[in-house]
Amino acid sequence: MSILKKIMTAVRGGAREIGELVVDANGTRIFEQEIKDAQTHLDRAKRDLTEVIAKQMQAGRQLETLKKDIAEHEGFAGQALEKGNEALALEIAEKIATMEQEQADQQEVHNSFSQHATRLKELVKKTERQLKEYERQLTMVKTTESVQKASAAITNNFASSKSKILSAKDSLERIKQRQQDTFDRLAAAETLEEESSDKGLQDKMREAGIGEQANSANSVLERIKAAKK
Amino acid sequence: MDTKDLALKFSEMGEFKGYDFECQPIPGDVDVLQITVEDFEEIPCYVSVTDTQILCITYLMGEDEVNPETRAEMMEEMLELNIPMPLSSFSKIGERYVLFGALSINSSFDDMCQEIITLCENSVEAITALEEFLL
Repeated sequence: MSILKKIMTAVRGGAREIGELVVDANGTRIFEQEIKDAQTHLDRAKRDLTEVIAKQMQAGRQLETLKKDIAEHEGFAGQALEKGNEALALEIAEKIATMEQEQADQQEVHNSFSQHATRLKELVKKTERQLKEYERQLTMVKTTESVQKASAAITNNFASSKSKILSAKDSLERIKQRQQDTFDRLAAAETLEEESSDKGLQDKMREAGIGEQANSANSVLERIKAAKK
Repeated sequence: MDTKDLALKFSEMGEFKGYDFECQPIPGDVDVLQITVEDFEEIPCYVSVTDTQILCITYLMGEDEVNPETRAEMMEEMLELNIPMPLSSFSKIGERYVLFGALSINSSFDDMCQEIITLCENSVEAITALEEFLL
């Protein structure tokens, strides 16, 4: 069963009370042990793999040496034949036959190491994947656990302090009220500033036609006419 | 970064992008920080740190505040809103509907402050949007 499904089942099955843990600590510990085991398994497999690959390489090197030796001795046997020394050629041929047997044996060893290495590589890959999967699941379990514990702590804190959890509507109303208050205060301050400054007063007076009026073409003309008189 | 480091940073900082922060640790099995952002005092944000992530949660409303007749409709609305709402998602813990944001454990402190402010703003938005479903 997937871990999410397990968590869901646990939540549905009566673990609805805040603070009641969906996954008990024991479950988490077992899980962590499984991960540890898988890790040990993986470490061993990797060590084995290294050893097997080393042996495979060794066998490969020996094969190469044998091949070279055989080729060399075939040359020697040819030379003995050229010189008419049939007896020596036969002796060399016997040696070649032994070496060829050895080569066949060595090839078998090499093949067996190769197969072993392939199997181990697969095992390592599989274990690594499983480990990742376990870790992912553990994260989910631990997060669920942590959230529930945190939630319990928050609820307890509210219970122990005098404050209570506000309803969503009350919270919203208070926040909006405060935002409105701030807005109103800013608007009031702006008005006040405008009113207290000379500019505000002058504007008002001008609107009412009181006091010094702005220079218009007419008033300029009036002034010039008056000066000419 | 664990909750103790965070608590220290929050108390040292005081202000971020014009918002005042207040931090108060909550004792319990898991360390939780209660962060209140100026102007959003009614919706505190709770921060806890796990192995892989930093969780920031605000509580929206209790099941008892939800109109049972339109509950399914409200939940559908929540699912629809989950993606358009930046950085925060709806969830439910026990009997309470919550809004949460999860950050990587490697997030910077500024990222966290930004997350908390966003979460508070989103919470107000979310309650406003869902108000019609509340009793």
